[in-house]
This record gives sequence, structure tokens and C-alpha cells, in this order.
Amino acid sequence: MMTTANDVSTKSNRKQGRWMSSRGVRRFVSHRLAITGLLMISAVALLCIVGPWLLPHGMLEINIIDRFKPPGTDDYVLGTDELGRDLAARLFMAGRVSLIVGVAAMILSTLIGTVIGLVAGYFGKVIGTVLMRFTDSVLCFPQIFLLLTLAAFLEPSALMITLIIAATSWMEIARIVSAEIRSLRERDFVTASRISGASHSWIMFRELLPNIVGPIIVAATLTVARAILTEAYVSFLGYGIQPPLPSWGNMLNNAQQYLDTAPWLALVPGVAITIAVTSFNFIGDGLRDALDARSDMP
Amino acid sequence: MSDDTPLIQTIDIKQHFPLRAGLFGRASLSVKAVDGITIDIPRRSVLGLVGESGSGKSTFGRAVMGLDKPTSGTIKFDGMDLALASKDEMKGLRRRMQMVFQDPFSSLNPRMSVNETLGVPLRFHARDLSRAARRDRAAEMLERVGLPAAYVDRFPHEFSGGQRQRIGIARALMVHPDFIMADEVVSALDVSVQAQVLNLFASLQRDMQLTMLFITHDLAVVGHVSDYVAVMYLGRIVELAPTRDLFSSPQHPYTEALLSAAPTPEMRDRAKRIVLMGDIPSAVNPPSGCPFRTRCLYALDACAGEVPALREVWPGHKTACIRDDLTLASATAQRCTET
Repeated sequence: MMTTANDVSTKSNRKQGRWMSSRGVRRFVSHRLAITGLLMISAVALLCIVGPWLLPHGMLEINIIDRFKPPGTDDYVLGTDELGRDLAARLFMAGRVSLIVGVAAMILSTLIGTVIGLVAGYFGKVIGTVLMRFTDSVLCFPQIFLLLTLAAFLEPSALMITLIIAATSWMEIARIVSAEIRSLRERDFVTASRISGASHSWIMFRELLPNIVGPIIVAATLTVARAILTEAYVSFLGYGIQPPLPSWGNMLNNAQQYLDTAPWLALVPGVAITIAVTSFNFIGDGLRDALDARSDMP
Repeated sequence: MSDDTPLIQTIDIKQHFPLRAGLFGRASLSVKAVDGITIDIPRRSVLGLVGESGSGKSTFGRAVMGLDKPTSGTIKFDGMDLALASKDEMKGLRRRMQMVFQDPFSSLNPRMSVNETLGVPLRFHARDLSRAARRDRAAEMLERVGLPAAYVDRFPHEFSGGQRQRIGIARALMVHPDFIMADEVVSALDVSVQAQVLNLFASLQRDMQLTMLFITHDLAVVGHVSDYVAVMYLGRIVELAPTRDLFSSPQHPYTEALLSAAPTPEMRDRAKRIVLMGDIPSAVNPPSGCPFRTRCLYALDACAGEVPALREVWPGHKTACIRDDLTLASATAQRCTET
């Protein structure tokens, strides 16, 4: 009696993924900006990984005679800095640091934010209120000053800067997750699960979490962009990654004295930051459109 | 427990929700969603609970399921007081009482396949079952509720409302419960699908010897599946009778009005419809005395006095109306759903 309509769709639906419907993938692929972002960031990442091996000079190789060479002279593709170091080699190594810090900070802050948001949204009442007010109070601190204060007290290193960025950027995800969970937990399938004898952790992680993967992925992608930017300006102010280890931020810091004589020193890392950040933002936008829960859930 | 103690007994259940005004407002007022319900559900019988929206049917159902703690009163399942049950005992009881939900679109997790959804109760009540065994049971139960076993790997969005409701029923039956609370299970479905789902309930109830509490606002639905009917109004039961008895000789004016409101294909019957004026009164501030008196066609001054208790008109038929001089219109022959 009710089988006819479903027999037709059997074949097309059989291959469907568990939580990412093929519709979502198709929507993402047809999002031009997102694909552009994905291609750009892949290119940047690839260059940062293999680039340093292809270049004739190392990032710390000082060549005083060749200082301030503009891009394109000899075998210096992007020119040299005030000590005659190859700017391309430094840019790619800095990219490794910046991207790793950005991605690692994103993973950490997503984990913290998801767990706090999940617990706060699910339990509500006292626990939820305490956790969310704590989140709000962390949000009250201006992030940059908090970062600078922490960085001044702690020894700056790539690991430390990652931890600091993660500790100051989990709040948005916590709020998104808690809001989503608060509406989801009122659904009947949660009650059904409770009646089935499921524990709180089972309901939180097995029933609810898979339903908010979409918004979490979107927020996480945008967090990478912001983490890269944050790392850049903390390093630019001298409290982040310390020279001689390059990062896009401290390369800019160096460059400011030579802005009128060697503008490429500032332009090159500046463009790199812009490309990385806009790429992640484009991907985030695309994912938001593709994974929008409203168009996916009944 | 002996076989003739009712499976479910509730004694003077009250569920009051405090109202707060503003941030620091004192909770002086409360919504009396359920205001004193004493009822037994005998083993292997179906009690239909009817009432308009806001009458407290679902609140009562949730209290019976142990989902919300009632403000006062006792709920006994198989002679055991739910409020006194230990954690372990409660776990055992949880297996024996299951629930089917109103909205088939929110009662299934959209990210879980049918196999996973049906496996959840088994995970917690039959821990030693292997993944494959759970899957076999799920497929078996799917066939039992009238869906092909091959559907176990599908996701909820691939099903229609009626099919989802069948999956919801299958989930409730996975752990072979004794009692099922069905809360408005067909109100979200098309009329044609409603009949199929109701027939499924009736046959499952017979085959699996289930005791059921069937909550609905639709008298025709109740006539179809239940042995007894309780009519609720503003948190109280106003009439309780065997189904056929209630349809043929209603004793409470509210029941009479409900029966006359059921749609009929006969033009001449429409003239006799009793139209109640106004809305159901607020449960925060119910009328004094009989809660129905503000809309009752037969109200007397005496009705404002005391809250009428349920009195037995004849064995098995109880009503909460002080007037025993009324001759109320029964449901006409074709409305008495014998289909």
C-alpha cells in the first residue's frame, strides 16, 4: 500500500552517506566561491609543504651581499630581506607554522566549545546557566589584550600561542552548540531514547551530536581563519612566534621599517595572510549553505 | 502480582506548574494541568483518554510514564510505586513501559538509520545481544508492523508519516513491554493512514497482550481501539465508562457535546449539533465547583458549589455531574464506530 513511492527512490538513495547527504555535497560543489577557496588554500598548503625543498636557499641562509633584492632577481623568486635571506623560503616555512597553529587552535577550541556547549545545552537549568554565564564572561574580555597579557607572562612558542588562541576562541562554538542542543533536546526522539534507558552521555554524544555536525564544521572552518589572523597580529606585535622562526605575522613586523625601500617584504606575507583567511572564509560560507540543517532535516 | 490487580493505578495525581512573573517573581500562581486523577487500567485492556487541547491529557500521560514527577499523588505500575522504585527497579520498569509519540517527524532521530533507532532499546535492555542479533530483531519487528524487512538501513527522511509512525511503534515494541502509552499517535496522519495505523495497534494489542493508554482528542479514534474511555476536562476526569456504554448513553453534558461534534455524513443530524460557547477556561484560575459549568447547557446554581466527585451511575459507568435527571443524546448509530 505504501511501498510504491519508495521503490522508485530505492536506487538513488542507497548510496547515501551517514550524515552528509549527497545533496549537501552537491550544494557545496556548486558553490563557486567555496570551491575557489578550497583550491586556493590547497595550493597554499601544497606550496608550504613542498616549496621549501624546491628552492635553492634555506630560510635561515644569510647572504648579506644579496640583501633587499626585489622579487624575480636571480633565483630569488620573491626577493630577499634585510639579511639577504630568501623571502620565498621564509614565506613557505612561515606558512607551515601559521597554518599548523591555525588548524591546531581550531581543533582544540572546537573540542572545548563543543563539549561545553553540549553539556550546557543538554542539562540546562543550573549547570547550563553556570557554564553559559562563564562563557559570556570569557567573551567579555577583549581577546587581543587577553592574548597579549597571557603571552607576556608565558614563554612564547608555537605550542603556547596555539593554546592561548584556543583558550580565547572556543566561546562562539560553545554558544552555537548550546543553542542548537537546547532546541534539539525538546524533540521526541530524545524522550524516546530516555525511555529506552539511554544514559545522558549516550543521548548527548550519539543522539544529539550527529545532528549538529553541520553548524560545528561551519564554525570550525571560520575559526581557522580567525586563528590565523590572531596568530598573525600577536606575532606582529612581537608576542607570538619568535624570530628567527618565521611566521606571517613576524615577517610583517620586520617589514615595517623598510616599507618605502622594500615594500615586497610587507606585501608578500600580507597577501599570503589575505589569501589564507579569505579562502577559509569562502569555504565556511559554502559549507554553511551546503550543510544548512534546515534544508536537510525534515 | 496477582493477575487481577490493574497494571496501572494512579491515585489522585496532580501536576501543577508554578507560574513566575518576572525574574524574581514569587511563584504564587500555578497551572493546574492535572488536578486529581484516580484511575485504573486493567491488564490487557485499552483505556482511551479523550479531551480537547489543554485538558491535561498529555501531562497525565507523561506522569504515568515517569517522565515528569507529579506534584502529588501516587502512580503504581504492577503494584509498585514509581516514586519509591530504586534505580535498578526503575530500569526494569522502563523496559516494561514504552511510549509512541504524536509527531512522527520529531520522534525519529534524522541521523540514525531504522536499524540504529530500533537497536537503541536493545542496547540498554539486552546488552548481551550482538550487533547482528540486534539487526535481526529490528528487521523482524519491522515486518511485524507491516514494513518490509529490507527497510532497516533506510533513514527517516525516506519514509512517509504513516511509515514513520510504524517505525515508532516498532521501537516501542522492541523490548516486549507490557504497557504502551500512545500519545495522539494518529493526529498527525491522513485519515486513510490513520485507519491503517489504528488497525495495526488493535492487532498488536491483541497479539502481544498489551495494556495501553491511548490519548487522543478524537472520539472516533477512541471508539476504534479502546475498551474503556475516560473523558478529561480541565485536568479532571468528567466521565469514565466502557466504550460502547459511553457512546450509547453518555452521562455528562461535556461528553454529549463531544459526541455531537463528531462529523457525520447525514445532513439531518447536523441540526442537532451542540455548539459549546467560548474556550476551555484557564487552568490557572479554574471556575469554582464544576469546571465545566461555564459552558454547560444544563448548569444550575448548585454547580458552582463544590467540585463534583466521580459517582457511579451504574456499575462501571462513572460521571462527575451532579445532575442525575438529564437524558442526554447518544451518538447516532453510524457514529458509534463499529467499523
